[in-house]
Amino acid sequence: MLLSRVAERVYWQARYLERAENMARLLQVFSALQLDLPKGMKLGWKSLIQITGHDSYFYSKYKQENERNVVKFLLSERNGVSLVDMLVLARENARTTREIMPTEAFELINGLHHFARDHVEKGLHRAERNDILEQIVSRAQQIGGLLAGSMSRDEAYSFVRLGRSLERADMTTRIIDVDAQKLMPQLEVEGAEPEAREPYDNTLWMNVLRSSSAYQMYRQHVRERVNGADVVKFLLQNELFPRSAAHNLTTLTKVLGNLPNSGKVTWQVNKTRRLVRNADLQRLLQHGLLEHLDLVQQEIGKVHYKIAETWFLPSK
Amino acid sequence: MRVNWKTYNPGTFFDEIISSPGYARKPAKKLASYLRLLTHEELLQKKTAAELAIKTMGISFTVYSDAGNIDREWPMDIIPRLIAGSEWDQTSKGLRQRLVALNCFIDDIYNQQKILKDKIVPAELILNSGNFRKQCLGMKPKHRVWAHICGTDLIKGENGKFYVLEDNLRVPSGVSYMVENRRVTKRTFPELFADNYSIRPVAGYPAELLDMLVSLSPRPVKRPEVVVLTPGVFNSAYFEHSYLAQRMGAELVEGGDLLVEDDKVYMRTVAGLSQVDVIYRRIDDLFLDPLAFRKDSVLGVPGLFNAWKKGNVALANAPGAGVADDKIIYTYVPKIIKYYLDEDPILPNVPSYLCVDKLERQHVLENLDKLVVKPANESGGYGMLIGPQASKNELAEFRQRIKADPRNYMAQPLISLSTVPILGDRVVEPRHVDLRPFVLQGEKSYVTPGGLTRVAMAKGSYVVNSSQGGGSKDTWVVEDA
Repeated sequence: MLLSRVAERVYWQARYLERAENMARLLQVFSALQLDLPKGMKLGWKSLIQITGHDSYFYSKYKQENERNVVKFLLSERNGVSLVDMLVLARENARTTREIMPTEAFELINGLHHFARDHVEKGLHRAERNDILEQIVSRAQQIGGLLAGSMSRDEAYSFVRLGRSLERADMTTRIIDVDAQKLMPQLEVEGAEPEAREPYDNTLWMNVLRSSSAYQMYRQHVRERVNGADVVKFLLQNELFPRSAAHNLTTLTKVLGNLPNSGKVTWQVNKTRRLVRNADLQRLLQHGLLEHLDLVQQEIGKVHYKIAETWFLPSK
Repeated sequence: MRVNWKTYNPGTFFDEIISSPGYARKPAKKLASYLRLLTHEELLQKKTAAELAIKTMGISFTVYSDAGNIDREWPMDIIPRLIAGSEWDQTSKGLRQRLVALNCFIDDIYNQQKILKDKIVPAELILNSGNFRKQCLGMKPKHRVWAHICGTDLIKGENGKFYVLEDNLRVPSGVSYMVENRRVTKRTFPELFADNYSIRPVAGYPAELLDMLVSLSPRPVKRPEVVVLTPGVFNSAYFEHSYLAQRMGAELVEGGDLLVEDDKVYMRTVAGLSQVDVIYRRIDDLFLDPLAFRKDSVLGVPGLFNAWKKGNVALANAPGAGVADDKIIYTYVPKIIKYYLDEDPILPNVPSYLCVDKLERQHVLENLDKLVVKPANESGGYGMLIGPQASKNELAEFRQRIKADPRNYMAQPLISLSTVPILGDRVVEPRHVDLRPFVLQGEKSYVTPGGLTRVAMAKGSYVVNSSQGGGSKDTWVVEDA
């Protein structure tokens, strides 16, 4: 019998872990991307801040959205939103739910937290950053693998999946949102005509896919040359790719089927899912994608509130 | 450099490994010669590996400080402590005997009070004790057992025999570290197991604990709902609460997870309310239920006490069990054993003086600098005076305190605690230890093989509490060869 309080902690542990992993992926991609850009073309580090939605917090601390400031803010600073703090929170939630998780799960999460705490400072230097981020992603994947391979498909596992899938759906829509609408204009090419920018657009979209480990899967699926419209469609609507918004929303409906009293949550997830699946991307890409994605994100936010309302302890 | 048992010098203390320079005691022979095979550097490498294991396994405890609560890695010295199987069998009988008698005593106190009427124990000592709960009068818990889990502190004196230092009947902790220490030692010295020693396993404790708790269930169901009630993540023993819940497959609950309706206890789950049968509570009596005890308690569950009194839920340990866990009552335990069981105590007490008695108080006040003075119901080594190590001011202060509240104090001669070797930075050195075995009593009773050995890590120190810089050791009860 799963306690409401424990369900909440398991759910947040999964969300924070997923968020930390996504942050590591984004930092990896941005760091790699800037190496591909020609002299004079600047990378919009600003968009990374926008993806996380912490713009005003960032600007209350820093004036410039340059690489150093952004990486510090999102990776190593003890500010409650950085990768290292996500892992502190994941660990704290794991520490307080040890009684229901496989023993090794806490050991791995704890190990990842120690690793990050001891190494993120080094990640401020370009030369070592990739190594560290790669390890963080791979350790986070290992934790997912351990849970998948050793946890009974009980209610606790359902909450792990709820947290993870909701976080993934949320993050993927944020990535599309920012990239599709804002990333490109941030690339400033001194004196270059739009034609000169084209090869770099291609690089850019490839990297967007890489941030979701989606490049290979996309290539197999979409036979055409990488282009913005197909990338957005793939990340938003592909049912088979495990990091796409549609896939994660579908996962949510399946998981909800195993939980008691899930009616209201399922209703909200289905509403969100329809919004994603039925989106006419041909039209939206011309006009209104941003507004549509905002709407999707609001609905994802409501899914969380329905989950909390249904199963978690009422806050005092 | 290798361990040199000839220069290892425990002085006049009883050392559990070495009987005289260069000579190991019988059960420790293989351990002593094994350690001699390793260089100090190799031992230090093993120590580092053990520390890393403790860190990744997340074996921790919380220290309260002004700067907030700090989660620290559990301190363990890698050299195990050995106890011969035959010696342990005898000790274990003594521990069971003691707990059986204490449970008779507690049950009597809350029911007929025969022992008070027969004037074996002075009534005013009980009725004025801070641990006596008048709300519990008339209660008859299942099996007539009140203290289901007891952590008895044992020490070895100069003669190498075990003495009981105190009985912890409220919420004794440390058992998870006993189990985890073994897990770490298996990783550190795998070669010593099986090939050299037959060591009694300790990993069975959580299963024994669960069986005992299940035997307390008021509802005759096959799988009663057993939960562990913790004050929360900031408690110093939170690791243990979570550990035991995990190993028993029981729910770890906080006060807010439980509620009482119609004198029945329920927990809030994702599927709604679910009835709870047995609560292994790790919260002090006074915080259990704001309606019955402290009104300002936010940790407890309103109505819990009544649910227990109605017999709808079992609490382990039962409220009020602490009445026998009091350093003054301790001095009466030999008489208590005789009174209820008509047996002589198998395990001796440390000789003690009661300050409430005029003559004994006189003796204590005159010999304060030679004695250890303890308040009746503090734990964790707080509020104690160690006479031989105290300053003049401290002695004067305690003299005042004893005169002001004699009921609250007892004194004991400073027992020369036995020593065992620890791995120092440069050499292997002797340090003082005590031992906390855990005793269970429900339908049946059970004693852990060995227990948690606590070590005073500073040279010459007697303070073994982890909250005050003490360490620990894996404790091996080895079959006699």
